[in-house]
Amino acid sequence: MDDQLAISVRGLRKAYGDTTAVDGVDLTVSRGEVFALLGPNGAGKTTTVEILEGYRRRDAGEVSVLGIDPDHADDQWRTRVGIVLQGTGEFDDLTVAEVVHHFAGFYPAPDDPDKVIDRVGLVDKAKSRTHALSGGQKRRLDVALGIIGRPELLFLDEPTTGFDPEARREFWELIRDLAAAGTTIVLTTHYLDEAEALADRVGVITGGRLVEVAAPARLGNRENALTTVSWRTPTGEVERAESATPTALVGELAARFGGEVPGLTVTRPSLEDIYLRMIGHR
Amino acid sequence: MTTTSRTSATPATTVPGRRLGPVALGLRQGRLELRQFLRSRESVVFTMAFPVVLLLIFASVFGDEIGGGVRFTQYFVTGMIASGLVAVGFQNLAIQIPGERDRGILKRLRGTPMPQWVYFAGKVIMVGVIALVETALLLGTATLFFDLQLPATAARWFTFGWVSLLGITACTLLGIAFSSLAQTGRGASATATPVALILQFISGVFIVFTELPSWMQQVAALFPLKWMCQGLRSVFLPASFAAQEPAGSFELGRVALVLSIWCVLGLVLCLTTFRWTTRRDG
Repeated sequence: MDDQLAISVRGLRKAYGDTTAVDGVDLTVSRGEVFALLGPNGAGKTTTVEILEGYRRRDAGEVSVLGIDPDHADDQWRTRVGIVLQGTGEFDDLTVAEVVHHFAGFYPAPDDPDKVIDRVGLVDKAKSRTHALSGGQKRRLDVALGIIGRPELLFLDEPTTGFDPEARREFWELIRDLAAAGTTIVLTTHYLDEAEALADRVGVITGGRLVEVAAPARLGNRENALTTVSWRTPTGEVERAESATPTALVGELAARFGGEVPGLTVTRPSLEDIYLRMIGHR
Repeated sequence: MTTTSRTSATPATTVPGRRLGPVALGLRQGRLELRQFLRSRESVVFTMAFPVVLLLIFASVFGDEIGGGVRFTQYFVTGMIASGLVAVGFQNLAIQIPGERDRGILKRLRGTPMPQWVYFAGKVIMVGVIALVETALLLGTATLFFDLQLPATAARWFTFGWVSLLGITACTLLGIAFSSLAQTGRGASATATPVALILQFISGVFIVFTELPSWMQQVAALFPLKWMCQGLRSVFLPASFAAQEPAGSFELGRVALVLSIWCVLGLVLCLTTFRWTTRRDG
C-alpha cells in the first residue's frame, strides 16, 4: 500500500436489496488532500463514505483507509479518523461543553475542548443544552466532535446543511485551517460552490458511479470548453458562436461593427453547467 | 470561526498525550449517564417517582390482612421494590437506548475510539445507583407510613442483597437486549411498558400471587419478576408466611436458579443482537 495515500478504493460495490447504491467506484485520496464527493441526493455519496468510515459493509471491492480495511477497524484506527455524520446528533440534556469535554476523553491526544468550541463558533452556546441548539448550531457541535481528537483524516458528510451563508464561509475557513495543518479531508456535498471553494479534487458521483474526478477548474474539461460569444446583428437578431479563441472573435466583431459590438456577451460554461450536464440534466 | 473567546467554566477532564485508563473511562461514562438521567424530567418522574406514588396509593387503599398475620401493605412493598428494579433496569434501558440509537448518539459513539464496553459500563453504573436510590426511597416510604419492618438478621439482609443484585442484573441485560427490538425510539415505550405492566399483574405485585388462576401462575413463573417478588417476600415477611406460597416455601434455591438463567439468556441476547445503528442505516 502506498504510504502517500490516505484512501484507496477499487471496484467498490454496495447494493440494498435490488437497488445498487454504489456501482464500481475507484478512488484514491492522497494524504493532506481535500477531496469533495459531489453528487445529487441518492447518488451514493453517503453509502460510499460510510463504507470508508467502517459503518457499512461493502459487497465487493478493495478498500484501504489509512492503510487499514475499515471492515476490520479497531479503536486505534478510530483515534486517527474524525467523522461528521450526515444527521445531526442530540445529546439530550447535556450541554455543549459537557459533550465536547466528554468526547475529548476518548482520544489519546485531543485538542483543547474549549478551544475547539471556540473554533466552531459555539462559545456563546457552551453552556446550552444540546437540544436547545438551532440546526446550524447542532451541525457546528457535530464538527467539533469530529475534530476534537485531532484526526489525520476527517470525513464530513454534507457538513454545511442548515448553515446560513456567513456560517458557511466561517466553516470553509475552518476547513482550510485544518487542511493547512495537514489534515486529509473527505467531504460530501451537493453544493458546487462548496466543492469549488474547498477541494483540491472533486469526484462527481451519480447513480452510484464516479463519472469524473478532477480539480474543480478542470472538471468536465472546463478549461478547454468552448466559449459562447453572442451579439446582436444590425437586424436585431441574436447571433451566437462557440469559439476556442473568443478574444480573436471579439476583435473580428469589433472590426466588423467599427467599434462597440451591440449586445455582446462572452460566456464560459460555469461549473454548474458542466456539473448538471454530468449528472444528466441538460 | 474565532469570535471573542471566553473561557468556559467546565474544568478540563482530559490529560493530553495519554488516554484515560479503563476505570476512569467507565466512571466518567457512568457520571455522564447519571447526569443525563437526573436532568431528564421524564426519567425522574416515570422511573423514580412512579413506583413510590404507586406504593402510597395501593398501600393506603388495600390494608387488609391476607393471611399468616401479614397485611397486603407489607406484601405490596416487596412487589413494589421488585417492580422498581424492573422500572430502573428493564423499562428505563429498553426505552432510553432505542431513543439514543434513533438520534444517532450510538452511531456517533461507535465512530470514536471509545471501547464498546464503556457505553455499557455507563449504563450499569447509572442503573446501579438509581436502583439503590429507588429501593431506599421505597423502603423509607414503607417504614415511615406503613410500618414495614426492616430485615432484622444479617441472613435476611444477605438474601435481600443477592436477590436484588441478581434481579437488577437480569433486568438490565434484558432491557439492553429488548432495546434492539424497537424499530424507533418512540415505539420503544409502547412495547416495553405493557410487558412490564402485564408481568406486574401476573407476578404477584398488585394481586396476591396465590389468588391468581394456576395457569397464570405458571406463565408468570417463566419470567424473572415472580421470582424477584418471592425472594423479597422471604426477606420482609415473617418466616411463617412461607406456608402461603404456592410451593409452601420461599424456594430461594429456585429463585437463584431462575434469575441466573435469565441473566445468562439476557447476556447472550445482548451480545448477539445489540446494534449501534438503526435498521435504515444498512
